[in-house]
Amino acid sequence: MHVTGLQLFWFVLIGVLWSGYFFLEGFDFGVGMLLPVIAKGDLERRGLINAIGPIWDGNEVWLIVAGGATFAAFPLWYSTMFSAFYLALFVVLVALIVRGMSFEFRGLRTSTRWRRNWDRINFSGSLLASLIWGVAFADLLKGIPLNAQHAFTGNFFSLLQPYALLGGLTMVALFVLHGSTFLSLKTTGELHEKAVAAARRVAPIATLVLFAFLTWTYFVARSHGNSGAVPGFIPVTAFLLIAAVSWLVREHLNGWAFVFTGVAILALTITIFMTLYPNMITSSTAFSDSLSIATAASQRYTLNIMTIIAAVFTPFVLLYQGWTYWIFRKRITLPPTGAKVEA
Amino acid sequence: MPVTIGLGFIVAVLQTAVYKTHDDRYEHLLRFFGKLFLINFAIGVVTGIVQEFQFGMNWAQYSAFVGNIFGPPLAIEGLLAFFMESTFLGIWIFGKGKVSNRIHLLSIWMVVLGSTLSAAFILVANTWMQNPVGYKIDQVTHQAVMTNFAAIVTNELFLTTLMHVLLASLITGSALALGIAFYQMKREGSKRVFALGARVALVVFFVASIAMALDGSAQGVVTVKDQPMKMAAAEALYNTKSGAPESLLTIGNLKDQVLFQITLPHVLSLLATNSWNGKVQGINQLQKADVKKYGPGNYVPTVWLEYWNFRIMAGLGAVIIAIAVWGMWLLWRKRLDSSKWFRRVAIYAIPLPFIANTTGWIFTETGRQPWIVYGVLRTSQGVTRNLSPWDVGFTFVGFIALYVVLGAVDLAMMLHYSRKELATINGELPPPDSSADQEIDSLVY
Repeated sequence: MHVTGLQLFWFVLIGVLWSGYFFLEGFDFGVGMLLPVIAKGDLERRGLINAIGPIWDGNEVWLIVAGGATFAAFPLWYSTMFSAFYLALFVVLVALIVRGMSFEFRGLRTSTRWRRNWDRINFSGSLLASLIWGVAFADLLKGIPLNAQHAFTGNFFSLLQPYALLGGLTMVALFVLHGSTFLSLKTTGELHEKAVAAARRVAPIATLVLFAFLTWTYFVARSHGNSGAVPGFIPVTAFLLIAAVSWLVREHLNGWAFVFTGVAILALTITIFMTLYPNMITSSTAFSDSLSIATAASQRYTLNIMTIIAAVFTPFVLLYQGWTYWIFRKRITLPPTGAKVEA
Repeated sequence: MPVTIGLGFIVAVLQTAVYKTHDDRYEHLLRFFGKLFLINFAIGVVTGIVQEFQFGMNWAQYSAFVGNIFGPPLAIEGLLAFFMESTFLGIWIFGKGKVSNRIHLLSIWMVVLGSTLSAAFILVANTWMQNPVGYKIDQVTHQAVMTNFAAIVTNELFLTTLMHVLLASLITGSALALGIAFYQMKREGSKRVFALGARVALVVFFVASIAMALDGSAQGVVTVKDQPMKMAAAEALYNTKSGAPESLLTIGNLKDQVLFQITLPHVLSLLATNSWNGKVQGINQLQKADVKKYGPGNYVPTVWLEYWNFRIMAGLGAVIIAIAVWGMWLLWRKRLDSSKWFRRVAIYAIPLPFIANTTGWIFTETGRQPWIVYGVLRTSQGVTRNLSPWDVGFTFVGFIALYVVLGAVDLAMMLHYSRKELATINGELPPPDSSADQEIDSLVY
């Protein structure tokens, strides 16, 4: 079936929402995963958490909006994807819930054990969510068992294919790197040094994993016969940007390092969406059973209404979200050791 | 969520009072209730994602069928409400001292507006399931598709339900604040602060309760019109009657035999149709009509569930109004702070709105059965087909366990912080801006 301009617009828009989500919550997850690794003592961990304190919640809304937009614009994509990834998404939900709680509740008591436990929860939640998002998107690309009616016929284990696991690993590595470049920007003193050191250690691993994933993706795309949909320079850019991070960090170009990890995440998400096109979920049973954009889409009336609403309100949202980043642009500076810190 | 909206409103009112009067009592109240508000907000935020996913996960057939109509309100809720709530809450928590007082005040009102918009759009979706309008069934895809967006957002059931839910939220939040304020008033040091807090909460509580009395009856009339079966079940009215009595208590087998009943003559007709002798349809007649319309099947919801949930909700509503009127009378006679009985009642009344909210939702959602979209799609047709009972059972138990833990943590935190004494120096409250609670720069969490 032919993809209309309106359908394409919404496919692109949902791609933008996921890209934004991975860019923004990517560093939140990264900070969560770095929490027990680089921070020593409660004060340092508080420093890390407060670096994302005012913004993590707003970042997570990108996911909710991506979910809602998918439901509205592509009901069949939404229903097939969410029911196929049933148990995996259950884990994501639990991870996001307990991770969110950890921000709000860790400070309510002064006990060290209480706080440590919430920090462990934050770490596990961030790790699991990053991993599963990577696995899920790689699955959409590689293919999951769908029948001719585009209904899922597999089970939880059909999602755990090697390519998808590599996708999960890629996301985790990129987010940890992204989180450390973010922290190197948002902190001063010893915390800053530790963030830089973490970035230097993670960068080569992330480069390697990303290279493996992109190479495999190339062969997946070839086997679907649509490798031409992705101009080669997008995935190559993603790789080159990540490969350059080691050097940037060594040269203390921390701002650039953060921009590079961020843009690389965007380029990777774009690569995934472009490789999917014109499908939304690849069928591993028979490629012709894949769920296509045209089949999954809502009708013109709904898409028109949604387009008007998005066009009117999105500028406001971007404006005030950008404004909060401006308000909280200052770096986190820890008080000198020995100072009394109120809970 | 009702606490978020209701308590958020009270916190916003308190902050407005601080801004206008610079009275330090408002400042103390703002900090105290602001903390409670944040504890609850946290729960609301983290559980909010579940709903966005759940439709696709457990109700895939339903989602595919209604996505054209049901998806847009959810997407709009995210775009308009969730971004607003989360962003401005971040500014409110972290922005003190970084933004002007005026912007800081604006940010809490934006949070309240965001919560209200969130309630509105989720109710657009919910009331469409209760009373589908502005749609047609596409003959090729067999999906429900949108034909009139304006009709969906002006659904008469939506407008009354929104009012109902917002008032219920204000009642829930203000009852909570009222009970806690009275609890805290026993402490001499902070009595003057919480006596003022009790007055603010009481005024909100009273106004919302009276408005609810009016709105409740409007809601009844609309429901009778759009979903006659639900109201017939709520009244256990088996046969159509003119000048129908309102039953206060029924003991029977609830099949169609009534053993014992206390009734108020004509009142049901009055409530349902606004006229003394109005005709109210009974379950048996409605069932027959539905069979004719939709084919063979059972179209009667579980009558005892409807009957008792409706009675508990409405009965508690009456109790709440009585408490509000009593409190206002005491305030007028200047005996509010000295009445031991009212203090006790105010504290023990905290759970009542929660129970009323829950029974109300059980009533309205189970009363729609066997339909998931009233008169269009049955609940059994909406489920996800590729799941085993094990999958569903596992996640069900998982969510219950998680929510029980969350609820327990929330409750423990709420109890801790609502009982916590304000720090006093020599029995006097220090001025709120003393160094005692100065935060280290930007370390809030």
